[in-house]
Amino acid sequence: MKQFLEGAVAIARTVSLCRPGVVAAYPITPQTHIVEELANLVESKKLNAEFINVESEHSAASCVLGASATGVRVYSSTSSQGLLLMTEVLFNIAGMRLPVVMCCVNRAVSAPINIWNDQQDIITVRDAGIILLFAENIQEACDLHIQAYKIAEDKNIMLPLIVNIDGYILSHGYEPVEFPSQELVDKFLPKYEPEYKLDVENPMTLGPLQGPEYYLESRYAIQDTMENEVMNKIEKVADEFTKTFGRKSFGFVEEYKLEDAETVFVAMGSICGTIKEAVDELRGSGEKVGVLRLITYRPFPKKILFDSLKKAKKVNVIEKAVSLGSNGILYTELTSLFYSRCVEENLPKFSGYVVGLGGRDVSKEEIIDIYKKNKDVEIEFLNIKKENLGSYI
Amino acid sequence: MINEKNINEGSLLTSGHTACAGCGQSLAAKLVIDASGKNTIVANNTGCLEVFSTGYPNSSWKVPFIHSLFENAAAVATGIESALTHLGKNEQINLIAQAGDGGFADIGLQAFSGLWERGQNVLTICYDNEAYMNTGIQRSGLTPLGTATTTSPGGNLKYKKNLVEIALAHNCVYVATASVHLPLDIQRKVKKAHSLKGAKFLHILCPCPLGWRSDTSKSIEIAKLSVETGLWPLLEYENGVLTNVRKLKSLSPVEEYLKLQGRFKHLFNSENGKKIIEEYKKIVERNVKKYNLLEETK
Repeated sequence: MKQFLEGAVAIARTVSLCRPGVVAAYPITPQTHIVEELANLVESKKLNAEFINVESEHSAASCVLGASATGVRVYSSTSSQGLLLMTEVLFNIAGMRLPVVMCCVNRAVSAPINIWNDQQDIITVRDAGIILLFAENIQEACDLHIQAYKIAEDKNIMLPLIVNIDGYILSHGYEPVEFPSQELVDKFLPKYEPEYKLDVENPMTLGPLQGPEYYLESRYAIQDTMENEVMNKIEKVADEFTKTFGRKSFGFVEEYKLEDAETVFVAMGSICGTIKEAVDELRGSGEKVGVLRLITYRPFPKKILFDSLKKAKKVNVIEKAVSLGSNGILYTELTSLFYSRCVEENLPKFSGYVVGLGGRDVSKEEIIDIYKKNKDVEIEFLNIKKENLGSYI
Repeated sequence: MINEKNINEGSLLTSGHTACAGCGQSLAAKLVIDASGKNTIVANNTGCLEVFSTGYPNSSWKVPFIHSLFENAAAVATGIESALTHLGKNEQINLIAQAGDGGFADIGLQAFSGLWERGQNVLTICYDNEAYMNTGIQRSGLTPLGTATTTSPGGNLKYKKNLVEIALAHNCVYVATASVHLPLDIQRKVKKAHSLKGAKFLHILCPCPLGWRSDTSKSIEIAKLSVETGLWPLLEYENGVLTNVRKLKSLSPVEEYLKLQGRFKHLFNSENGKKIIEEYKKIVERNVKKYNLLEETK
């Protein structure tokens, strides 16, 4: 039965179905409702977990690191500055091969301080060795959380995973959400039983010093796991999820009206809903246009992206983050991918649009306008208001 | 009885690590873990101790040991404690979160404050060698007045932060200081701490020949003088009440302590240095009065 719920509450209740043993988080908008609901579930004994009120996001991440290393399933969530404060620990969690699962409720980064949505926070830690998934809607956010543990905790993977949801749009929005039964989730998710953990019966040293003779291999091992085990597992888990719960899960990408598309929009997260509406409208007037929605950003599904986009004439990359002084980051990665694989002729032209930073709304009409103008641009900040610039520069 | 011949026998911190000769911290850490026993998990901040004892693929630790970052051992230990509680094992396992002075009193203080305030069932230990020794002798918040370090070459202008008072302000169930020249005292305090449920704090002064610029054979003598000059009072508090003070028959002159260490050499060559030595005497006076350090004469 579907329940009409706020995104944050729906995610918290889904996490509870996954039975984490330790939850630690620090308050930050717009993530806070997730941990508040988890605190309620622990308090009312619906979730058998330790809920730790820590003194910072750095400690929230460190706390779940310690608990995960002790062999217990863990959960945390954060946003924006909180994620940046965790950054050091996130690299550490990945390097220590701990399957910490988190939600990042994506929000702009200061300064100026701004609590509204974009994806600059998570994109800034893309290199940490974390599996990164992006949800389009609340249902998918919940579904990805269930899959997250199964992917991260696989004994051949053992890497952290962050499910990304757009701040406010998904965290505070309401949607009818379908919840699986506890029984079905228990069947889908095996118990977390790591091979290596802090155990007085079998003492091990975790987090040792590694010199130049070993460090390179430790980092290579993460790359190798990302490109092989994780790539295999995500597809398998998505298929198994679809079969078990009777609801489609896409895995790496969702191809929307791509078959004969000459122009393709590429984007991540909730903005894909708006883009799909624009595409529907354009299709209605006979335009050959589609959307490639990227769900798995790390590992970057290189071959899938290349194969999906190579037949297009034009690719418009729409992203809510930027590498200031360079280009949009997804744009850079896609163009780099095509350059390194440019064995074929007639490859698409790419244009990069930076949109919606700090919560600026992006409308269907603006997407249609991008299509119609069909510019060739490396980077364009969409909807810059000239009258606002005077005070900044 | 522990002596130099048997101290490594059956130790849970095995020899063969790469600590410097005369290292006070390696001695203290060994005493701590051996008093804690094999049912112990250690979370360690980055610093000399982790570097000299865990060079991959070797480890000196015969108990479960985790090192994560410079400032987060207290938060990592919080997670371990929570996980043990979830697994129903909290009562059976001793948990230690330990750090050097920089890792504890500077960059790690926020996390230790959080652990103390939450009353996590963890023994927190500061191995205090009074500067960032692992990175090359830079000044920390626990570097004493007048000390020459690589970032205070003319002598540190600040007083040492009082960690004991900070721990007491958090209502830790047990707070104590110790010195490496008294191994049985350290071990008694460790056992006492583990016997109590809640947040515990043990502050151990650890001579460092490299950073203190002292002879490697003098570490124990220097540690002894730190106490016998009245500069490093040995204290025990339970639930905020001072329950034990190591009394002194008489006070050794502070100059005896300072003169053995190159880091204080400049104090004897200048007028300003002499003022600082006078300041040390005032610190001793305050300690004697505050903790009633001297045995009463009959």
